[in-house]
Amino acid sequence: MSTGARKPPPQIALKIRRILGGKAGWNGVAVQFAFAAVLGWIGYEIVSNARANLENQHIAAGFGFLRNNAGFDVNQTLIPYTGSDTFLRVFVVGLLNTLVVSVVGIVFATVIGFIVALCRLSPNWLLSRVGEIYVEVIRNLPLLFQILFWYLAVLAALPNPRQSISLLGITFISNRGLVIPRPVGESGLEPFLAMLALGIVGSLALRFYARRALFRQGRMVRIWPYVLGLLFGLPLVTMLVSGLPLSFEMPQLKGFNFAGGSRIIPEFVALTVALSTYTAAFIAEIVRAGILSVHKGQMEAGSSLGLSRGATLRLIVVPQAMRVIVPPLTNQYLNLTKNSSLAVAIGYPDLVSVFAGTSLSQTGQAIEIIAMTMGIYLLISLLTSAVMSVYGWRVSRSLGA
Amino acid sequence: MTDITSSSFVRQDLLAERPAPVKTTGFIGLMRTRLFNSPTNILLTILGALLLWFTIVPSVKFLMVDAVWSGQDRTACLTENAGFAVGACWPYIQAKLPQLIYGFYPEAERWRVNLTFLLAVVLLLPLLTPRLPAKGLNASLFFVAFPVVAFFLLHGGGIKGFGLSWIAGLLQLFDESIIGAGQALLNLSKTSAVAPLLWVVGSLIVLVGTAISWLIFPLTWLRDYVQTMGQPVWADFAITAAIVCLIAFVLGGGARTGGRALAASIATFIAVAIVIELMGLDRGGLPVVTTNLWGGLLVTLVVSVTGIVTSLPIGIALALGRRSTIPLIRIFSIAFIEFWRGVPLITVLFFATYMLPLFLPGNFTVDGLVRALIGIALFTGAYQAENVRGGLAAIPRGQGEAAAALGLSWWKTTSLIVLPQALRHVIPNLVNSFISLFKDTSLVSIVALFDLLGSLRASFSDPKWSTPSTAFTGFAFAGIIYFIFCFGMSRYSLFVEHRLNAHRRN
Repeated sequence: MSTGARKPPPQIALKIRRILGGKAGWNGVAVQFAFAAVLGWIGYEIVSNARANLENQHIAAGFGFLRNNAGFDVNQTLIPYTGSDTFLRVFVVGLLNTLVVSVVGIVFATVIGFIVALCRLSPNWLLSRVGEIYVEVIRNLPLLFQILFWYLAVLAALPNPRQSISLLGITFISNRGLVIPRPVGESGLEPFLAMLALGIVGSLALRFYARRALFRQGRMVRIWPYVLGLLFGLPLVTMLVSGLPLSFEMPQLKGFNFAGGSRIIPEFVALTVALSTYTAAFIAEIVRAGILSVHKGQMEAGSSLGLSRGATLRLIVVPQAMRVIVPPLTNQYLNLTKNSSLAVAIGYPDLVSVFAGTSLSQTGQAIEIIAMTMGIYLLISLLTSAVMSVYGWRVSRSLGA
Repeated sequence: MTDITSSSFVRQDLLAERPAPVKTTGFIGLMRTRLFNSPTNILLTILGALLLWFTIVPSVKFLMVDAVWSGQDRTACLTENAGFAVGACWPYIQAKLPQLIYGFYPEAERWRVNLTFLLAVVLLLPLLTPRLPAKGLNASLFFVAFPVVAFFLLHGGGIKGFGLSWIAGLLQLFDESIIGAGQALLNLSKTSAVAPLLWVVGSLIVLVGTAISWLIFPLTWLRDYVQTMGQPVWADFAITAAIVCLIAFVLGGGARTGGRALAASIATFIAVAIVIELMGLDRGGLPVVTTNLWGGLLVTLVVSVTGIVTSLPIGIALALGRRSTIPLIRIFSIAFIEFWRGVPLITVLFFATYMLPLFLPGNFTVDGLVRALIGIALFTGAYQAENVRGGLAAIPRGQGEAAAALGLSWWKTTSLIVLPQALRHVIPNLVNSFISLFKDTSLVSIVALFDLLGSLRASFSDPKWSTPSTAFTGFAFAGIIYFIFCFGMSRYSLFVEHRLNAHRRN
């Protein structure tokens, strides 16, 4: 007589109760109903009030205004734009400006942040103190304060274009912004770009092949001379054959201003400097914490296996530190993107400034415009956190294996 | 004996003294081990020294050596008149100091602002010193009583009723809204395709609304009766006090153990009565100073303290909601938190300034400062929720289970066992959020409120003080103020962290 384990009773009623009301059971269901009623009531009040208020102010709700002419100029545009374009175009122009200042800021912030982190970790006492002072001062001052400081104090104190400060005779800084040489595409551009792309694809393929050889057969393949040749040699040879890909139009001082070259507006300069130095202080702390989080036994174990110091760093310390660094680093990138909205304080034409600022005051379509602006930022941050959860999932999987 | 000495070696003379090991402590040791021990390090030291030389020396020169310390207007701070390259122009700060601290707050009433600052310091210092007792009383004074008193001090004005009239008014508003919704449905049912259904639902809602209006009728009648008396505020106060004391007595355990609750509520009401009498709230209170006259450091502090006080309860509620097992509440909390954390604060302020007024009834205007405060409270609340959630996650399950085994309800488990431990865990994180909130208050200057930074920016445009160094001087002054507050808070958070981790040190 075998006495196998009896099946547990199905307990359907219990499961339904659990799904509907959580641990609180039917009380939970009641709480949900009350909560839904309150939410519904608030929603109803909001909608009815908004409708009545819009009617009083003679504003037509809806997104129809996006097709109207904007009628104002924007002083930095990445895509062609004139005052007779629509508000939808203004939205796109502002969004692109936000993205460009964010990307440039992220690049500089990362570079400065890693440098400061290395300073703070340096065995040199003085240099680590310098890094600490930088981090403490920058982190304890509001970002808006720093943006205004760069814009109203530093950039305004620079000389006018005629006396502008020249860097190597090709770049000029003045209170009207930064003037840099403008790259102009020549006939050799297309073959050059094609060869560059080919080189990148070839290097990636080589790397894939080398890793396969290493993991499948345990064979070390030395690929770096070929990669160098592909990445630099191939474009160089193309350049010799089909001529220079780019030429630079140098800025020339003519009268009171510069002719030629491309001008970067001072708002952009101030915003980029402030955003990147501010975020760099936070990135420096993250990187420092990440590197300190790797136990020093890891380094010792690496050298006891006969790996060189560089190889230990590259193969053992950095991958483990990156696991700690990457999530908060992405968070800081996201913060920088959101903080770029402070551009509105100095008039850099980002999304908030031209769309939620100028367009809002011209059309009065507060609900639609602010919802669109918030929606874009929300979309960016939700996409980033989705990518980050995939990353976290992969990391935890590789740790578990 | 002799053969031992002959076979074993015994040293006959002392060893020469070895040189002392290289000193590794003190300033010389520091220089030897951490500054000049290798060629690379020497190079790095020179680099660091150069960096410091080119930042610290010009700053000190600007702030102290080359500064102008007295004068009446811009002419004192011009290089032609001073005779040297002028650094900071401190007379400009002296002239603008009232504006930077009080904004346009009337000069005769500024003692009210000073008194509020003093009250805040007196309440805050014992709260921040871990050794002092009575944290509960202190915290409730700072987080509940102080904001109310500060409002009547700073804004002025009196009250027309007390608890009874407020509750009656609120219930009446709620009831009217329900009846309004029902009426709207009834109107809709005349034109809609699903008319009978709408009619039934509408009538049902109107019926419920009417029933509620009958239920609250005694309350509204009592309020109207009180308003006709000679001293409506005091009559209302007495009735509210009596009702609340009775409820406290009954809930506290009646004749058996209710004495404590009764005494506490009576003491609270006596304190409230003293405050009302002292500030003359029943007689119209202090003269009203509208918030568009407020400015400078006052606005910065008001916004940050209100943000701190309001965001914590919001954060706790959202964190508990996010951990709840009730589906709708959990989903709502997650959506709410992720929404506010996903958008920049400046769009939140735009939302509060331009969109919120559209959502309120037309006859209902909200002050500009209050609108910004609502936005900041919601925004910071979402961030605090994540902090609190971290603390809740750090509490072992056994704590809650042990409380449940003792027969405590969910509310008692949470408020007596889990939350106190969780909050204590995350004090450093909470303080860090407060630091970023304090820094973020500068953003209200974008929506036309004059906080410290906004007042500073406004003062730049004064032609009386426009000199080349005005902007740098102003930024130096405001920067020092911001730095003192933020740095002080961050040091405090480190101190608390150190204390909390005392058991981990060895």
